[in-house]
Amino acid sequence: MKILVSVKRVIDYNVKVRVKTDHTAVDLTNVKMSMNPFCEIAVEEAIRLKEKGVASEVVVVSVGSKTCHETLRTALALGADRAIQVDTEDGLDSLSVAKLLAKVAQEEAPDLIIMGKQAIDSDNNQTGQMVAALLDYPQATFASEVVVESGDAQATNEIKVTREIDGGLQTLAITLPAVVTTDLRLNEPRFASLPNIMKAKKKPLDVKTPADLGVDIGSNISIVSVTPPPQRAGGIKVGSVAELVDKLKNEAKVVS
Amino acid sequence: MSVLIIAEHDNKSLKPATLNAVTAATQIDADVHLLVAGFECQTVVEQAAAVAGVTKVMVADNAVYEHQLAENVSKLVVEIASGYGHILASATTTGKNTLPRVAALLDVAQLSDVIKVESPDTFVRPIYAGNAIATVKTTDAVKMMTIRSTGFDAAVTEGGSAEREVLSQVIASDRSRFVKEQLAESDRPELTAANVIISGGRGMGNGDNFKLLEGVADKLGAAIGASRAAVDAGFVPNDLQVGQTGKTVAPDLYIAVGISGAIQHLAGMKDSKVIVAINKDEDAPIFQVADYGLVADLFEAVPELENSL
Repeated sequence: MKILVSVKRVIDYNVKVRVKTDHTAVDLTNVKMSMNPFCEIAVEEAIRLKEKGVASEVVVVSVGSKTCHETLRTALALGADRAIQVDTEDGLDSLSVAKLLAKVAQEEAPDLIIMGKQAIDSDNNQTGQMVAALLDYPQATFASEVVVESGDAQATNEIKVTREIDGGLQTLAITLPAVVTTDLRLNEPRFASLPNIMKAKKKPLDVKTPADLGVDIGSNISIVSVTPPPQRAGGIKVGSVAELVDKLKNEAKVVS
Repeated sequence: MSVLIIAEHDNKSLKPATLNAVTAATQIDADVHLLVAGFECQTVVEQAAAVAGVTKVMVADNAVYEHQLAENVSKLVVEIASGYGHILASATTTGKNTLPRVAALLDVAQLSDVIKVESPDTFVRPIYAGNAIATVKTTDAVKMMTIRSTGFDAAVTEGGSAEREVLSQVIASDRSRFVKEQLAESDRPELTAANVIISGGRGMGNGDNFKLLEGVADKLGAAIGASRAAVDAGFVPNDLQVGQTGKTVAPDLYIAVGISGAIQHLAGMKDSKVIVAINKDEDAPIFQVADYGLVADLFEAVPELENSL
């Protein structure tokens, strides 16, 4: 089976975000960037399926400016076979990204598309579902387990995916080709070794443009402002449980 | 133009998050319609029709909609979408699963986790794990959005008398099949709807120690939550997780026990009215957002708290 994985370059999850003083956006100059954590899990899952002999080829794709080559090289160092950059400006909306990814998927014809459930910058949680809709593929979002039983996928073309839902877990059987989006609990991503990082430099990386893919990108959404969230007033430290209970009852009045 | 909300339910009762979406919808337009797609879901329809502010309930009752798979519900919504200026769903796992699919089929963008309605085309939503707040304007013909329930009050569940319409469309999804569900059982209030929450983190040490929190939870009528660290360590099931990748809560009182206060956890609870932190590390970041902090060993402080309530 051939697997297509999408990855996004985002601000590193440990960075404390600063909003620009003109309130137009978050300040990304000289900020550490990394692969979106949910995308790392998607890459890891694809590579594990390859190691199990289920997948034959893993192709990674990223939509954005040239800087995302670094993210693609990271995925190649982790074990992906080749990479595709769709050359656009950064920060497109989910629908535009989904249209570009759907076109790449039509060209590549993967059996399975694995994506992160959301990017930690825009927090949209949309792209995987949109790709599935545009391709009319079934979807299994927020996956915590992907099971491809031996022979199963060939015979029935079906995989079983356990999803994290609000009340607990739900298992779906979906027919390939399909889209799966990853939740954090799906796996523990590996680190790239230095030899693999060196080898990744020689792996193929193709560049495509929206025009190549025949996608017209534009958005009807505009940012009016980006502001810091309201700050919580500094609290106090209490010396004992008795004092805490007293404050909750008589000052905050949240306990009767 | 009317507003359509995809109602969330389990075929037996309407989920509370739908009530918050109704409030958001009434701030956009007075004509609010609810779609109930499910199987043998008549009680849900009764509840939906009684919600104040709802003018019409559309019912698609068929075995194909029993588990509200995104593949069929999205196509059903597309079939009835014309005439609506806005289509809303709750920002729950069900809403997040289905709505982007509808948006793509309608070729419009979507706004996720809306916390405020500025006007019928301008909305407010958190980005970067709640560390920035974006105000966005959309000129899409149909404005699609998921509603974060903690941003809006719940609509009143009685007094409404909505008109009803039965939908006959049967959209089967032959490439996605429900296999099973494992739901966590609990007598406590639902996490996202609770007025009081007590959460444990890695500092709890193990799953058995979470029983310590139960005594306090019982006395306060609280729900029990957890940090990602506690879930990953296998102390408690993941549906208790509060945070960017778990549930977003905003109770009157949030008690964080043995939780350091990582960015990802704060994203899920920092809109709580009063935050209490109990942690033995006085430098833990949780103390920067806590209204009342107690530097103490939780294994002594929690039983003492239970006894003094």
